[in-house]
Amino acid sequence: MVDGHADKPARDPDSPPAPAAPGGPGAGSEPGKGSSPEPAPPGAPAPKPAPGPSAGARPAGAAAPRAEHKGAPAPPPGPPDPPPPADLPLPAWLQALKEALAGSIDQVSYWVGDWTVIVPAGKVAEAGRFLHDHEAGRFDFCSDVTAVDWPTRAQRFDLVYCLYSTRLHHRARMKVRVADGEAVPSVTGVWPSANWLEREVYDMFGVRFTGHPDLRRILMPDEWQGHPQRKDYPLEGPGELLMESPLDWLKLRQSADESSIK
Amino acid sequence: MFDTDELVINMGPQHPATHGVLRVVLKLDGEKVVDADVVIGYLHRGIEKLSENRDWTQIVLLTDRMDYVAAATNNLGYCETVEKLMSLEVPRRARYIRTILAELQRLASHLVWLGSHAMDIGAVTVFLYGLRERELVLDLFEEYCGARLTYNAMRIGGLPLDIPSGWDKKVLAYCDIQDEKIAEYETLLTQNRIWLERTRKVGVIPGPEAVSIGLSGPPLRASGVRRDVRKDEPYAAYEEFDFDIPLGTNGDTYDRYLVRVEEFRQSTRIIRQAIEGLPEGPIVGKVPRLIKPPAGETYHANESPKGEIGYFIASDGRSTSPYRLRVRPPSFCNLQALRRLVKGHLVADVIALIGTIDIVLGEVDR
Repeated sequence: MVDGHADKPARDPDSPPAPAAPGGPGAGSEPGKGSSPEPAPPGAPAPKPAPGPSAGARPAGAAAPRAEHKGAPAPPPGPPDPPPPADLPLPAWLQALKEALAGSIDQVSYWVGDWTVIVPAGKVAEAGRFLHDHEAGRFDFCSDVTAVDWPTRAQRFDLVYCLYSTRLHHRARMKVRVADGEAVPSVTGVWPSANWLEREVYDMFGVRFTGHPDLRRILMPDEWQGHPQRKDYPLEGPGELLMESPLDWLKLRQSADESSIK
Repeated sequence: MFDTDELVINMGPQHPATHGVLRVVLKLDGEKVVDADVVIGYLHRGIEKLSENRDWTQIVLLTDRMDYVAAATNNLGYCETVEKLMSLEVPRRARYIRTILAELQRLASHLVWLGSHAMDIGAVTVFLYGLRERELVLDLFEEYCGARLTYNAMRIGGLPLDIPSGWDKKVLAYCDIQDEKIAEYETLLTQNRIWLERTRKVGVIPGPEAVSIGLSGPPLRASGVRRDVRKDEPYAAYEEFDFDIPLGTNGDTYDRYLVRVEEFRQSTRIIRQAIEGLPEGPIVGKVPRLIKPPAGETYHANESPKGEIGYFIASDGRSTSPYRLRVRPPSFCNLQALRRLVKGHLVADVIALIGTIDIVLGEVDR
C-alpha cells in the first residue's frame, strides 16, 4: 500500500501532470497508458479489456495499488454500457445529436430505462450545448456531474453528466472517458449549475476542466494532497501529516519508530 | 466626499444562523453585499467513499447521516435506486407505507425549516410551534421503527417492519392537528408586516435562471417552474394519489415561504389518501439472499423536502458493495445559488437567504 501510493504525494495536483507517473494505477498492459497526451481515436469504442490482463500482465516493478483491499480479485475493467436492443427506436434528441455530431459519438447505451450517450472528451461542451438548445432535447437542467474511476482502463475516468429537461420531462446521460491528467472542457457555459459539481469532481478525482471560472477544491481543504475518491486512495486517508508535508508522511509510513521523525 | 473601501467579512462556520458549519465570506460595500464566497466542506465525512467499502444493505444506514432531518427520504432514494439496478418489484403495500413515511418526513423537515427560518428573521414563537409539531412526527417514527432521527427505515426491496396496529389512526390524528396548526403559523407570519418587509423582493430569482443555476424543490417551484419529481417521474406510490404542486410567481423569499406552507397541506392530503387506501399484502418483495446487482449504472431521483435527491450508482456485478455511489445532494446544488441571491442585498438579508434555501450541512458536505 505504501508503494502503491508513493507517487501520489510527490505529484503536485496543481502542476501539469508528469509525462508518465510511475507505477500509477493505470499501469496495465500498454506502456503509453493514462498520461499519453492524445486521447483514444474518436469513433472507436474504448477497449473493454478482458478480465485477464489486469492482474497478470502487471509489470514486475509496478506496485499493486489495490492489494490492501480484502483479497479483492482483479479490479473490474469498466462499465458494461450495453447497446440498446435492436427493436428499440432511438429517442429524437439522440437521433438529432447523432446527425449533428456526425461520427464523433463513441457509443450509445441503454440499460434499465436510461439512455446514455458517450462522446469524446473534447466534444463534451459542444454536445452539451446541442442537447441544451435543440428542440427535441431541451435539456436545460443539469442534475449532476460526477465521475467513476476505473483504474485498469487507459482512460481511467468516466465523467457522467445527468441531464433533465424541465419542459419535455425526459432524462439523458452523457458520458465522457478521460485519462489521468487529461483536461476536459467545462460545461459551466451551458449549465451554470455545473460549477460546484465540476469543482467536486476536480477535488475528488483530480480531473481538470478547461474554461471553468473557479476551479478550486470544494470539500477537502485547499492544501490537501491527492484526490480521495480515486480507487487507489486509501479509505482511512493518509493522515494529518500528508496535508502539511507529504515527505514526512512517507517517512512515517516507512519507519518502525515514529519518534525518529524530526 | 468619503472614500469607501470594500470590506471583507467572514461569517461562520461557527455562526448560529448558518444552520451548522457553513462559512460565507462576504465582500461588503457599507452594509451592501457586493460578492460572496460560500465555503463548505467542514462536515465532509466521505460518505460516498465509505459506501464503496460497505455492503449494499449497510449503506441505508449511511444515507441517514446525510440529510438528518429527512433521513427516511434519503433511505427511500437509495433503496429505489438499487431496486432499479436489480429490477426488483416492490409490493404495493410497501410502496404505500414508504410514501407515508416520506411525506411525514417532508412535514418534519419543513417544520424545522419554518421554525429556524422564522427564528433567524426574529419570530421566535414559530420556532417553538414548529418543533412542537415535529415532536409528534418523531413520536410516530419512534413507534414505527424505534428511532427518532436516523431511522434506517427502508430495506432494499421493501420495508423492515409493517406498521404497528393503531399507528394509522395516530397518523390521521396527527394530520388533523397539523392542518389546524398551519393556520396558526400563517396567522403569525403570512400577513405579518415585519415578515413581509424582510422576505418580499429579497433574493428574487426568475424561473429560467433558477433552472440554469440548478435550483430544485420548493425554491425552483417558487420561481414558477412546474417541476416536481413526484409528478414528473413518479416513484413509490405517488402516481396513485391526488395532489397539487404549489407554484410561486415572484421567486422571492416570501414565495418560497408560501410554497412550503402549501406543501404542508398537500403532504397531509397525500398521507390521508395513502392511509385510506392502504392495501393488504407483503411488505418485502422477492429479494435475493445476497444482494449483488448486475453490472451497470443508473441514476434515480426522488423529491426530498429540499429538492431533487438523486443517486448515481455503478455496480461491477461481482462485489457485495457498490463500485461507485454518488449522491446528488439537493442542498448542495441549491446552496450554489446563494452567491447569486445575496448580491446587492444587506447583511441581514444574507441570514434570511440562507434560511430560505433550506440547507442541511450534513447533506451539503456528506
